[in-house]
Amino acid sequence: MTAASSTGRVGLVIVSHSDMLANGVAELAGQMAPDVAVLPVGGTEEGTLGTDYGSVVEALADADSGEGVVVLYDLGSAKMTAEMAVESADDPSRYTVVDAPMVEGAVAAAVAAQGGASQADVAEAAERASGDTPAATPSRPALHLVQDAVSAEVLLTNDVGLHARPAALLARTVAELDADVVVRYGDEEASAASVLALMGLSAPGGKSITVVATGKDAGEAVRRIEELAERGFDD
Amino acid sequence: MGCTASDVVAALRLAATVVQEHRDELVRLDQAIGDADHGENMRRGFTAVLSRLDSEEPTSPGKALKLVATTLISTVGGAAGPLYGTAFLRASAAVGDAAELDCEAVAKALQAALAGVVARGKAVVGDKTMVDALTPAVAAAESVDGSVAAVLSAAADAAAEGAESTVPMVARKGRASYLGERSAGHLDPGARSTALLLRAFADAAAKA
Repeated sequence: MTAASSTGRVGLVIVSHSDMLANGVAELAGQMAPDVAVLPVGGTEEGTLGTDYGSVVEALADADSGEGVVVLYDLGSAKMTAEMAVESADDPSRYTVVDAPMVEGAVAAAVAAQGGASQADVAEAAERASGDTPAATPSRPALHLVQDAVSAEVLLTNDVGLHARPAALLARTVAELDADVVVRYGDEEASAASVLALMGLSAPGGKSITVVATGKDAGEAVRRIEELAERGFDD
Repeated sequence: MGCTASDVVAALRLAATVVQEHRDELVRLDQAIGDADHGENMRRGFTAVLSRLDSEEPTSPGKALKLVATTLISTVGGAAGPLYGTAFLRASAAVGDAAELDCEAVAKALQAALAGVVARGKAVVGDKTMVDALTPAVAAAESVDGSVAAVLSAAADAAAEGAESTVPMVARKGRASYLGERSAGHLDPGARSTALLLRAFADAAAKA
C-alpha cells in the first residue's frame, strides 16, 4: 500500500463502497506485491458507505507511476464511478477498469504487476481470476513433450505447501523470466503465471510437484523454483 | 416560448426542493429493496446543487445543466451520482450553447439524458430502474408538439406511469437485483426520483 512514486510497475486502485473493505483488499494484495502501489478508495467523504468520485480521480493519478493502472471495484456504483473517473482523465487509455472478483482479482493483478507485467496483462490476470478453482491451462500442448523443455521434481519442504504466499512467491520468482512455466501436481497442471491456479493445485507440504519450463530462460526458471523450495519458501 | 438559463435554474431549484421534501419517501423505498441511501444521497446532491446555484449564475441552459451534472457526480456517493450526473451531462451537451430551449431542444435533451443513463448503467426497460421512467418520458416528449411546458408535462405524466410500472417487476440491475423475486411488489426508488424530477421541471415550466 505504498504511494506510487516511481515503482516502474503497473499500479492498482481498489474502489469499494466501504473504506474498510478497500483497505483490507489492498492490504491482502499488497502482501503479495511489496513494490506495487495498491491504493484503496472506499466510502464517501463523510465516512459513510458509498463511492467518492473525487477520491477515485486522485487515486488514479497517485497509483500511476508511468506504467498505467488497473482498477477493481466491488458493486454497481463503484464501477460507474470508476468508469466516469477514467473517462475524465487526460489519457483514459492509461487506466483499465476490470470486471473481476475484487479479492481474487486484486491478488492476481498485484502479483502480475509485481512481476513487471504490462497494464493489459495485469488486467487480464485480474479478469481470469475467479472464486472457483481455476481451470489450469488445459489447452496448451503438453509441455513435457516439447523438446527443449526443462523439468524437475521439486519437493515442497515447507509445512503449508503451495499455499497463498508460497504460490505468490513462486509466481513472482519466474514472472520476469522469458519462460513458460507449468507446475503439475497429481493429475492437475497450473501455469506458474497464475497464483490462483497454483493455489488451486492444493499441493501440500511434504509432497513433490513437477516443474516444466520452456523458453529461453527455462533452465533459470526451474533453478529458481528449486532454490525457493529448498529455502522452504522463506517460511 | 422557450426556456432561458434563468428558467432552467428556477426548475432546478424547484427540483431540489422536491427532492428534499421526498427524502424520507425515497429512503423508505430504497430500504425495501436496496441500501436505503437513495433519499439521503439525492438530498445531499441537490442541496449541493442549490448552494452552487446561490454562488454561481449559469449563463446558458447548457451551463446550468452541466453545473448540476458535476455537482451530482462529486457529491451523491451512490449509483444516482454517476447515473444522474451522466444524464445531465449528456443533456447539457445536447443543448450546446443555445440561449433558449424550444420544445424540440428539450425533447433532444431528454433523449440524450436517457442515452447517457443507458450507456452508464447498461439497464433496459423492464430491469426495474430509472430507465423504466425515463424511456416512456422521452417517447412522450417526442410525440408532443407544443410549448416546453406541454412537452415536460407529457414527459412527467409518462414518467410517473413508468415508475408505477416498476412495482411488479423483478429487478435485474442495481442493488435490488440481489433480492431476485423478492424485489417484486416494490416501487423502484430510482424510477420514483426520475418521475419526481420531471414533475418538478414540468411544474416550473408551467409557472414560467
